[in-house]
Amino acid sequence: MTTRIGRPLLYTAYEQDMSLLNTPAKRGWTLILGLVAVSLPFLLQDDLLVVMATAFVAAIGAIGLNIVTGYAGQVSLGHAFFLAIGAYTAAALSGDPDSTRLIGFGITSLPIWLLAAGLVAGLAGLIVAPLAARLRGLYLAVVTLGLVFIGEHIFKHWRDLTGGVGVGRPAAVPELFGIQFAVDGATFTKAQKLYLLMFVLLVIFGVLARNLVRSRIGRALAAVRDRDLAAEVIGVDVTRYKMIAFAVSSFYAGVAGALLYVMIGFVEPGSFNLAMSVQYIAMILIGGVGTISGSVLGALFITLLPRVTRELPAVLPFISASSAAGGITVFQVETILYGLLIIGFLIFEPRGLFGIWIRVRNYWKSWPFSH
Amino acid sequence: MTATETRSPEAEPTATPVLTFEDVVLGFSGVTALNGVSFTVGPGELFAVIGPNGAGKTSIFNVLSGVYRPQRGTVRFGAQNLIGMSPHAIARLGIARTFQNIELFSNLTVLDNLMLGRHHHHPYGVLAALGWFGKARRNELANRRAVEEIVDFLDLAQWRRLPVGLLPYGVQKRVELGRALASEPKLLLLDEPVAGMNLEETEDMARFILDIRDELDVPMVMVEHDMGLVMDLADRIMVVDFGRAIRTGRPREVATDPDVVRAYLGEEHRVVDRP
Repeated sequence: MTTRIGRPLLYTAYEQDMSLLNTPAKRGWTLILGLVAVSLPFLLQDDLLVVMATAFVAAIGAIGLNIVTGYAGQVSLGHAFFLAIGAYTAAALSGDPDSTRLIGFGITSLPIWLLAAGLVAGLAGLIVAPLAARLRGLYLAVVTLGLVFIGEHIFKHWRDLTGGVGVGRPAAVPELFGIQFAVDGATFTKAQKLYLLMFVLLVIFGVLARNLVRSRIGRALAAVRDRDLAAEVIGVDVTRYKMIAFAVSSFYAGVAGALLYVMIGFVEPGSFNLAMSVQYIAMILIGGVGTISGSVLGALFITLLPRVTRELPAVLPFISASSAAGGITVFQVETILYGLLIIGFLIFEPRGLFGIWIRVRNYWKSWPFSH
Repeated sequence: MTATETRSPEAEPTATPVLTFEDVVLGFSGVTALNGVSFTVGPGELFAVIGPNGAGKTSIFNVLSGVYRPQRGTVRFGAQNLIGMSPHAIARLGIARTFQNIELFSNLTVLDNLMLGRHHHHPYGVLAALGWFGKARRNELANRRAVEEIVDFLDLAQWRRLPVGLLPYGVQKRVELGRALASEPKLLLLDEPVAGMNLEETEDMARFILDIRDELDVPMVMVEHDMGLVMDLADRIMVVDFGRAIRTGRPREVATDPDVVRAYLGEEHRVVDRP
């Protein structure tokens, strides 16, 4: 490796070129980010850690949406539906079996309910996928939009599973190797444990997704997105790959849905609405369409945004913390910021935060020369 | 080209044909695109299809690659009947094509486009892809090695890592040829390979086409308007007009045929005068 110092793009084997971290810079940054992420639980307040853990879970969901929308080019507004399926599969599996009010099977082992949540949601994705084979663009978006409303209706009325509107049910219970993650322990607090758990899960699912998109599957998805006729003629079974895209995407959504409510410990059926789908669209648009790291960036950005706007009233007196105080509220500011950010990114940097990173990187590559 | 000179005029290739296109009729509600077209392509043969715009040349290709389904006729590739097969299944049999208007995946790099040409070589499933290590890695490496040979063959090394959307037109045409070649085709369909190219790019492309025939021994069907190129490269030519094949034969005979001159070449054409 010593011969490669100063020649980051010199490859002596195809394998070096194809590896995930194929430049010294990528290896360095990954190491630094990993160290920072692991040390954060000992530096940050518990409430911030919970927000970060939620952001990591959202990132898993955003990766899923990016696979179907960013890579395979199939616009889906139905992500909230698949998140809900994951959330309720996990909650039901790990729920209290003795409860008279709710369905529960008492399986609290995290790998089991997590995998089941992913598989059930993935199966639902497979059932929906044939629609994508026949529709494209806006038509597909409208049909997947319909899914959200059907889902919302079912989840609001299926009381045995969801507990009903305004009541809800306890979320999945995370237990792994005998460790309970959702309660404070002797050495670690609940927030610290959940943060680390979600971080590890994000790394696992992130690496798996990166593997998928650099494989022949990922290339075929991109081919379907860029030119489906040419893809078909060179031997890519377009229908099959649309189905794969939906299945994998929904699997990720199911996993994310199962984990999303572990932090607050509670699932409310009304939360899986169109706004949630739009939020995930915002994540991949702002983070970067068609990139895995962009999905993570976008999810962190969107999830941390409300936490940042909540600090605003202290700095800007015309913004109030609640609607009772009059003036413009933090929630309104948040909604406005969403809109502005989506429009701004679409106009100025369609590649999202990932694109900004590429620009910064290219600037420093040639520094101090401008070209 | 000495081998082709020994073939008798008008004769079908003596060996069993690679491709048999027989009495194909294709219509779109009232418009007849192909009206009983028949031809065969022999092993290692370069078969050209010429004719005026709208004569049905690209329709022949679209029938061959399964994009259109003809109302009548048979299309056989070896012993396999192609009619009713989906395009991806036909591609898997070993028929690769390029397009008149470039149909590359413009956001992907040259390498990825070429790798896509090998989509059905060394396949592996979703689970193997997620895990990467093992089968996926091995098969990716095998495909990558094969793709690099295409990169060398077509002189694409300097553009390898660039998204094809950024490349000049002539290079994009070459990448598209590379993508078709990467699939190790048993029959190559070239739809206007030099359309819109300057003289130098045309010469390059002609050299690649000859190399493909001589080194890889792949039979080809080529649609092209550049008569100079067609006359120089093709073993046999079929002239189509209004969905009918009006003449099939060796370049010299076709060029002097009065029907062909009237329908397509025009009275002023001087190909026959070449030494």
